[in-house]
Amino acid sequence: MSSLRQWYVGLSDTMRSVVIALAVIVAVVVASGLWMVTGPGPMAFAGGGRVALADYKGADPTGVPASLKNASLVERGQWLAKAADCTVCHTAKGGTDYAGGFAFTLPFGTIYSPNITPDKDTGIGNWTDAQFLNAVHKGIDDEGQHLYPAMPYASYTYMTDADVLAIKAYLFSLKPVHNEVPDDKLAFPFNQRWLMGIWNVFFAADTRFRPDTAQSAAWNRGAYLAEALAHCGECHTPRNLAYALNNRRKFAGETNAGWRAYNITSDRATGIGAWSDDALFQYLSTGHALGHGTAAGPMGEAVDQSFSLMPPDDIRALIAYLRSIPPVRSNLPATLAPVAPASHRQGVSIADARGKQIYEGACASCHSWTGVSPILPYATLTGARAVNDPHGINVAQAVIAGVHRASPQGEVVMPSFGDAYSDTEIAAVANYVTARFGAKASQLSAADVAALRKQVAQPQ
Amino acid sequence: MTTTLRINGEEKTFDAPPDMPLLWVLRDILGMTGTKFGCGIAQCGACTVHIDGKPVRSCLLPAGAVGNRAVTTIEGVGATDAGARIQKAWLDLEVIQCGYCQSGQIMSAAALIASTPHPDDSDIDAAMAGNICRCGTYVRIREAIKRAAGEREEAKNG
Amino acid sequence: MGKMEKIRPSRRGVLTGGLAGGFLFAFHLPVYAVNEPNEPPDSTQGKFAPNAFIRIDHQGKTTLVMPQVEMGQGVYTSIPMIIAEELDADFSTVAFEHAPANEKLYANPMLGVQATGNSNSIRAWWKPLRTAGATARAMLVAAAAQQWKVDPAGCTASNSVVTHTATGRKLGYGALVDAASKVVPPKNVPLKDPKDFVLIGKPLKRLDTPNKTDGKVVYGIDAMLPGMKFATIAASPVKGGKVAHADQGAAMKVPGVEKVIVLDDMVAVVGAHFWAAKKGLDALAVTWDDGANAKVDTAMVWEELRAASRKTGLVAKARGDAEKALGDGEKVELAYEMPFLAHATMEPMNCTVQLKPQSCEIWLGTQIMARVQSTAAQLTGLPLENVIVHNHLLGGGFGRRLEPDMALKAIRVAQHLNGEPVKVVWTREEDIRHDVYRPVYRDVIQASLKDGRIKGWKYRVSGSSVVARWLPPAFTGNHDIDFDTVDSAIDTPYDLPDFRVEVVRCEPPGVTTGFWRGVGPNNNVFAIECFMDELAKKAGQDPVRFRLAHLHGSPRHEAVLKLVAEKSNWGSPLPPRVGRGVSVQPSFASYIATVVEAEVDHNGEVALRRVNCVVDTGIAVNPDTIEAQLQGGLIFGLTAALYGEVTLKNGRVQQSNFNDYRMLRIDQTPPIAVHVMKSGEPPGGIGETGVTAGPPALRNAIFAATGIPLRRLPIDREVLAGRKPA
Ligand code: FES
Ligand code: FES
Repeated sequence: MSSLRQWYVGLSDTMRSVVIALAVIVAVVVASGLWMVTGPGPMAFAGGGRVALADYKGADPTGVPASLKNASLVERGQWLAKAADCTVCHTAKGGTDYAGGFAFTLPFGTIYSPNITPDKDTGIGNWTDAQFLNAVHKGIDDEGQHLYPAMPYASYTYMTDADVLAIKAYLFSLKPVHNEVPDDKLAFPFNQRWLMGIWNVFFAADTRFRPDTAQSAAWNRGAYLAEALAHCGECHTPRNLAYALNNRRKFAGETNAGWRAYNITSDRATGIGAWSDDALFQYLSTGHALGHGTAAGPMGEAVDQSFSLMPPDDIRALIAYLRSIPPVRSNLPATLAPVAPASHRQGVSIADARGKQIYEGACASCHSWTGVSPILPYATLTGARAVNDPHGINVAQAVIAGVHRASPQGEVVMPSFGDAYSDTEIAAVANYVTARFGAKASQLSAADVAALRKQVAQPQ
Repeated sequence: MTTTLRINGEEKTFDAPPDMPLLWVLRDILGMTGTKFGCGIAQCGACTVHIDGKPVRSCLLPAGAVGNRAVTTIEGVGATDAGARIQKAWLDLEVIQCGYCQSGQIMSAAALIASTPHPDDSDIDAAMAGNICRCGTYVRIREAIKRAAGEREEAKNG
Repeated sequence: MGKMEKIRPSRRGVLTGGLAGGFLFAFHLPVYAVNEPNEPPDSTQGKFAPNAFIRIDHQGKTTLVMPQVEMGQGVYTSIPMIIAEELDADFSTVAFEHAPANEKLYANPMLGVQATGNSNSIRAWWKPLRTAGATARAMLVAAAAQQWKVDPAGCTASNSVVTHTATGRKLGYGALVDAASKVVPPKNVPLKDPKDFVLIGKPLKRLDTPNKTDGKVVYGIDAMLPGMKFATIAASPVKGGKVAHADQGAAMKVPGVEKVIVLDDMVAVVGAHFWAAKKGLDALAVTWDDGANAKVDTAMVWEELRAASRKTGLVAKARGDAEKALGDGEKVELAYEMPFLAHATMEPMNCTVQLKPQSCEIWLGTQIMARVQSTAAQLTGLPLENVIVHNHLLGGGFGRRLEPDMALKAIRVAQHLNGEPVKVVWTREEDIRHDVYRPVYRDVIQASLKDGRIKGWKYRVSGSSVVARWLPPAFTGNHDIDFDTVDSAIDTPYDLPDFRVEVVRCEPPGVTTGFWRGVGPNNNVFAIECFMDELAKKAGQDPVRFRLAHLHGSPRHEAVLKLVAEKSNWGSPLPPRVGRGVSVQPSFASYIATVVEAEVDHNGEVALRRVNCVVDTGIAVNPDTIEAQLQGGLIFGLTAALYGEVTLKNGRVQQSNFNDYRMLRIDQTPPIAVHVMKSGEPPGGIGETGVTAGPPALRNAIFAATGIPLRRLPIDREVLAGRKPA
């Protein structure tokens, strides 16, 4: 298997997409048969006891938090849109919120998020409720065209109609923005949207959220937030060859768009099983927890745009749900590296002296030789999963793109070094950082960094 | 928010938002302009001060996070043995050009020889690479640190 | 040595002060028309003040007024040395003060305006300041002689004391203040024979550095006034853009923010301290109307420049018959391209202003005192004398502070306050994105090679003219030829009998260009020295020997080149992927040869191993400062060669701070050995020469190490890694 993996990694992007293409078609046809029998849904792990929402006697796990129950439809829709993190994907870099045009760079092409402002020509201004429900629940647009699962309708399908329509009401309350987004650029066969129809049959159940009577009210609220709205699984759950979520390894971690989403199962060693409730609470509500590092990249956005706006009860509900996810051991070091020595002379280093040279010039001022920042807790590396990940790609991404986070104390910024530092240098410093502050050094090459740059690049 | 800090051995009380970086408290509130602003993102070192003797970039350090730790600035570093030796070596070897970066250079160098009495080139690199000098005084900075640490100045035309 | 010597007003002297050259020719001003010792002196109560530069009080304290500004180059030490030398003053007691704004008294004799730049402080002031010192000395001696009723010829002076040789009677300068003030200043006082210099030529300690070690020094950014407000600004990110809309709400909510000022092309936030102002600015939601330059990007700029470089240009200099000679032998044509560069002075742009109905007071560090005063007077409508400019030591100049923009923007902020002083400090991002940029240049050189010798030589420079904007008379006065852009192209030291230099002016859209340390010679010397290496290779000759074969017309260049080859062990074996590169330059009336040794790894990463530099700058006023200036200049130039490039997209500068506008750091800096040659020739310029020297020598080292002939700056590591074609 691992040799197969090496063979695959060795391929050029084009070769790779061809392989993926064939693989997908084959997989779609073959795997799907088994799948219908064995493919578990996202909440299957919790066992039986699930009933239709209408038949559920406990507190309503869906909708907005209690504090907003009496808010206007638009206000409720706004909260739900944030909780579902619509902004991040439907806003281009530097563009107007919800006006679309954000590019997803995939191995087999580029697709652009649509404009979901109520503009009649370029947005969704003409959409009916039914059409909107179809898109969010089934991934089918107003013209009956299939959307690509970059739109997480496989998760949104768990949203109640009421919540979806509240989001629509909010979107329709926005100023229409005329913004024609570029056409998708996908290689055959991925440009054949009808294929998605088959895919959906197997991998995207059209079904609403079903509470679990055997679980607490908090768990059910957490489940709704995590599965229907925050769609954690879309990043954190590994995908199978057919690009579908493999819930057998639910939340065990996956790499998407050049960032690693880590294991958030209850596994103590490689997941979050060993995190205290406080730490989880801090992390989800502020994107930072002492000794666990700071959220960056997509998770940073999720916190800033979504989790940070959730009331404490909802965060606690999420934690209750996460705690119940079966432990899955992932291939990450089981123990995190301790604080590094204060002297540059001691501690783990790497062969490539350039890594240390860049660190001492551009990084040590904030992160220090120990990894514990003398300036801001947010800048402490010690204990962060990213530096304890031998892939090193999240470290490289942070170096390339920087980190821009809204913290309760104001903006927290790590500058981006991608423009002035070469692929070789970024690989070297990432390898040095994972070696010195992590459990195992990454082995990134200049070519790896070049590939990472491509994945996050927003083509103009 | 009223805050009291111990700066160069004196208690200074001032009113500032807790997230306000120490640099601006020093310069704009306390009028201690020896500490310089160069980049505001911890990339140049011009704003370096000592917190309990360790070099820290004051442009990002919230004044509210200093607590009761001792702050030393360029105005006070001459009172320390390491600081005085560095200042003397800087003048003996005529390191300084425009001088704007030099408060930070001197603070970083003083902290270095205080913690590493006989720094070699790798120690100097590790301690000084975070301090940019646009005038390019690096060659003499290296010589002066060695001089201050009691080393022989290498022949200049090596 | 013929042509090299005539400094007054030699072609070189004038041309290297290109703007000056044009300016002076245009108006037939003799060089040194200004600063005659009998000009009325300023603030001189109870002092002996024989001219604009020297003040001696009754205690004998000698204060010298600095006509040039100190930005690190050491001029506040070398100028006092020059005056004190002829004045025979006790140097240990000499103090200096900044000159006030006054074109009449303090205009730079080579520039014709009160400015510090072009590495000419010493060249321009060498004679007038010695004259000023010698004249004052003669007056003091005469005063003493009168008191003693003796022949002045029988008196000597040294260390601020006049001595009557015969009787040994002594009078200190302090005691002579009143008497000397009555003496009529003599004309044509003889100057010292250089062999009698007691100060000049000694590595004396700098006068400006002690306060720079303990935080006492006050730069413009350190100005502190009672009741002062603090502000920071954001100007339109696109040149010519306007504010479309600014939502002040959030900004005004920031604690400490006192005022939001929205002007047509910039916004400012005023607060209790910079931090409040900056947070306010971050919170201020501004939408810009980008205007005509909204679509400008770097590719567009290069397209236009490359097209321009194919046109025939104005002839700046020609001798022999270049066209004909180009037909003789193997013809080689190559082009060299230089990027936009920002100055990134360590002290970000700033200015403090107190604007009252009848007066405007300005605190800053500037290279152009008088221009700040006059442009401020225009902007405020106040009479010139009501505008007071307080200059400070500069936290770096590099040409950036030859512009008054930081003062004018600060005044525009002050116009919206009620007479309180306001300190306007730019963020580093604003500083990098609102610079005046070193222009992009394209230098195309054609030459023919025959039997290892260069026959024809045709050189075309294409680029912006900074002089045309900065000092128009110097441009028009020279038939629309910007002498700065062709400076070292005209002045090449090599024997080129059939020679032609053309210049094509091409102004980039959406960018204001400005002087950048090293100015014109940077692009000329880079192109010529890279080209010489490529010719040497074609001729199958060693780069040093090939140059020496073409340097017979310039013995001083020959000498520095031979010595640098020796000092750098030129020709001795090196490890694989390591190379030595050489460059020779004539710029700023200094004769410099440099060898850089560098290593290029398989990823195209470049490591500097060592630098040797030999300089003949004529009389070295302060050899220690000269060494420091060359070391610093070399680092400044090597930084640009390795990393320096400002790019534009949608009219906006993309770089912002040191994370993306990168600086060489101490751990990348190699040993730099500078050898200052002894010489009795008049002093040359130094401050910018190292900047010019570094890039071609490094590029040639890379050429030697890899065989890859880079022809663009900055060095492209992708090309060196073989991932991109050269
Ligand atoms: S100002 Fe703090 S490091 Fe530059
Ligand atoms: S001395 Fe000028 S920046 Fe360092």
